[in-house]
Amino acid sequence: MAIDKNSNGYTFSFAIVMVVVVGALLAVASQGLKTRQDKNATDKKMISILSAINVEATRANAQEMYDKYVVDSKIIAGKDLSAEAFDVDIKKEFRDKKLAASDRNYPLYICEKDSIRYYVIPVIGTGLWGPIWGFVALESDYRTIYGATFDHKTETPGLGAEIKYASYSDQYTGEIVADTSGVFQPIVVVKDGSGSGLNAKVDGITGGTITSKGVEEMTTRTLEVYVNYFNTLN
Amino acid sequence: MAEKKEALFSKKNRKLMTDPLDGANPISIQVLGICSALAITVQIEQAFVMSVSVLAVMMFGNVIVSAMRNLIPSRIRIIVQLVVVAALVILVNELLKAFMPDVSEKLSVFVGLIITNCIIMGRLEAFALGNKIWPSLLDGFGNAIGYAWILVAVAFFREVLGSGKIWGFQIIPESFYELGYMNNNMMILPPMALITVALIIWAQRTRNKDLIEEN
Repeated sequence: MAIDKNSNGYTFSFAIVMVVVVGALLAVASQGLKTRQDKNATDKKMISILSAINVEATRANAQEMYDKYVVDSKIIAGKDLSAEAFDVDIKKEFRDKKLAASDRNYPLYICEKDSIRYYVIPVIGTGLWGPIWGFVALESDYRTIYGATFDHKTETPGLGAEIKYASYSDQYTGEIVADTSGVFQPIVVVKDGSGSGLNAKVDGITGGTITSKGVEEMTTRTLEVYVNYFNTLN
Repeated sequence: MAEKKEALFSKKNRKLMTDPLDGANPISIQVLGICSALAITVQIEQAFVMSVSVLAVMMFGNVIVSAMRNLIPSRIRIIVQLVVVAALVILVNELLKAFMPDVSEKLSVFVGLIITNCIIMGRLEAFALGNKIWPSLLDGFGNAIGYAWILVAVAFFREVLGSGKIWGFQIIPESFYELGYMNNNMMILPPMALITVALIIWAQRTRNKDLIEEN
């Protein structure tokens, strides 16, 4: 063969061609599929918000159901109160180390189901391997949890990843996040199995302690801001 | 070319697919891919999803590397293999995100695990680099299935004993729990995956004495 495949020249050329080809391929794939992926992400967000008020939506009817149930959305605290609440990327703001916690925007989705109002609060935090997030719906008394839904990016399947299932998130239903005078009451995650019942405690996940604690941290940190906001309304 | 054309499923080719199921199993004999066997065998469903993903990546990877085997400079062959696997996995993930978002969500962590799965790299290096495309495809298929059955078997024991479920469905009736039966939380934790794999290896070597190493 004419080309010496062990020569430096060949090796370098091969590497360069490979990198260019693979890079181009991935860039094209990423750009070409971006619109579809963004739409999927938006749909997913709507489905999650609705699932916090126990409304089942599918990807096909996400927009329609969202428009039907979510009557208003706003930013209750943060840097840019006039921004569109749905477009606020709390994940990005949470990750942004340069952004002071007080400058983060806190969106609130006001939903109406069977003419009862619910307030859906997005939460974001850190699990064991990566971000975890969720939506907590409060009843119209601003203090009883109506429903919650959590999700994660890279938690261990079967362990931390269990937070996304109803068996975990249903424990939050009915818990009270503030007493009658409006003093914030965090929902703690416990290990000793005492979490059942409405006692401001939920059972953590066996083998998923750090993720469970992450949920506790993010709900505590975020709900406090909202409880304080609701107190100003009363 | 006087050589007689080999049948697609000749005895030799069939062996490529059946050997990895038992005598040359990637997990229990070659002890590769243990990392993912520990990480995702808490539930059968996830073990299954992972197996299917590995199957796809392994077959494509083997075919691509085999097709390029005469072009790859030997000094950077590992890097080339890595790039092929990583690019494939990312591409598959991007496509899933766009067209099958729900599956993509299920796969989330597995994507990273597939890239680092030593079985894939092992087969690329040991087989695809020196063999034609068709045998490489069969080899990829065989090894992925060999990997899959161990994964699902381990997950079966861990899910039944650890959470009383199979594929997410409760199979141990509530009345057992009332009588004092308890799920074994130890099964959910990683050490029991190792022990379960070890038990499979034990059973396999008891049945087939040829597999026992002399020392």
